[in-house]
Amino acid sequence: MLDLFQSLGKGALAFCHQIGSVALFILLALRWSLTPPFYGKQILKQIIDIGYYSLPVVGLTTLFSGMVLALQSYTGFARFSAEDTVATVVVLSVTRELGPVLAGLMVAGRIGASIAAEIGTMRVTDQIDALETLSTRPMQYLVGPRIIAGTICLPILVLIGDIIGVFGGYLVGIYKLQFNSSIYLSRTLEFLEISDVILGLIKAAVFGFIIALMGCFHGYNSGRGAEGVGKATTNAVVSASILILIANYTVTALFFG
Amino acid sequence: MNNKNKQISKIEISNITKKFGEELVLNEFSLSIKESESLCLIGTSGSGKSVALKCLIGLLAPDGGSIKVDGKETIGQSKAQHEALLDHFGMTFQFGALFDSLPIWENVTFRLRRKEKLNKIEAKEIARDIVSQLGLGPQVLDLFPAELSGGMQKRVAIARAIADKPDILLFDEPTSGLDPITSGVINDLILNSVNRLGATTLTISHDMASVRQIADTVAMLHRGKIIWCGSIKDINHTGIAEVEQFVNGNPYGPLTSDNANLAQTHQSEIYD
Repeated sequence: MLDLFQSLGKGALAFCHQIGSVALFILLALRWSLTPPFYGKQILKQIIDIGYYSLPVVGLTTLFSGMVLALQSYTGFARFSAEDTVATVVVLSVTRELGPVLAGLMVAGRIGASIAAEIGTMRVTDQIDALETLSTRPMQYLVGPRIIAGTICLPILVLIGDIIGVFGGYLVGIYKLQFNSSIYLSRTLEFLEISDVILGLIKAAVFGFIIALMGCFHGYNSGRGAEGVGKATTNAVVSASILILIANYTVTALFFG
Repeated sequence: MNNKNKQISKIEISNITKKFGEELVLNEFSLSIKESESLCLIGTSGSGKSVALKCLIGLLAPDGGSIKVDGKETIGQSKAQHEALLDHFGMTFQFGALFDSLPIWENVTFRLRRKEKLNKIEAKEIARDIVSQLGLGPQVLDLFPAELSGGMQKRVAIARAIADKPDILLFDEPTSGLDPITSGVINDLILNSVNRLGATTLTISHDMASVRQIADTVAMLHRGKIIWCGSIKDINHTGIAEVEQFVNGNPYGPLTSDNANLAQTHQSEIYD
């Protein structure tokens, strides 16, 4: 019985320690992301890595999601003669939910893992210590640029993803479901409000922050050796993905009061 | 090494303790290094040498004790004071710790470029000069660390450490993993660089050939404490069993752990 309490207590303490470490890391990351000097070259490099190189993945994901959404909603809505709402359903779903969440999850897999692996490798090969000995704050040089780039790039990626996703729905609507092109377009724009797009972009900025933060946190606190880096990479992707889903609900709930 | 008559303590470490969990790694560790002196810290693996070095440069915070550099206490300094202090240090790490994502010229001039606000052309020119002093040609400047051999990486690490002429140099096992000839070359380069800068040097090494080549003074660390410190000339006549075992590389003696002895016994049994 005592063993059970002991292991429960140990687990609870470890959990609290982890929460505290993440909270502290967030504070430090925010502080050093917003304090000069800003490493412009590093920020640019990260923008290219996170933004430019994620474009194909996000583009393909949202394209096929838009296409399948058009097909599925048509099949469903046809049962109660509401086929003409397909365009509206596609555009609202893509801009408010699918675009940000799918892009966030895809980028978490691609970038969260890469950030954790890179920083984790730097940790285990003493490169982070070397940075400190060269009078450079690792939080400012490594973490800051990634957080800034993640928070800037995700909304841009999602905006492009939204357009591609809606275009995917349009392609299916016109060429497979035989909708009239101008009617489909007018339906697409008719019920779309700017707040729908903005909500998606706010979510994307939060997701970008989460992805970069989790990649940096787990990489920075990576265990020794290849196994440590491997675990850090897995933990970065898993924690970023879960936090994205939680943040998605939280932001949506906040907007709907 | 040069300026041996100088008797001022550049670095004064007194009664440092450092624990990791329940394990006491440094136990009242004390060491004094005079200005322009080259001191080698020797000891078995896991004896706390790297931890001592990291405490000295502020990468680890000791649990107690005092570290003075140029007479000023460094423990408990503000971040800004610590960063100013780091400008006095150049350090190489056991495995180089070169930045994978930067070409050699940027690695070498990493701190200098920010400090002196150098542009790319100026920084590359300075990097060319420094690497040439270490026997590397200008063709390496645009390569990345992964494209260099182990010996070349060690040279680049030394180049990075000496680039902005620090007055204290720390070398963590500078010849580990190198063949004897390359080790000799690296030791020569360290000697030349240190002499040129007149820097105070603390080197961690297991390699007694290197120690004999570069040290003025040797200190042996065992179970978190300095058990002997003296001139390199006296290293063979210390009268301390642990030091003698280490210097002679004898597998049997007080330094050898019970586990190692046990493993040796098992191995003998297998061969018998």
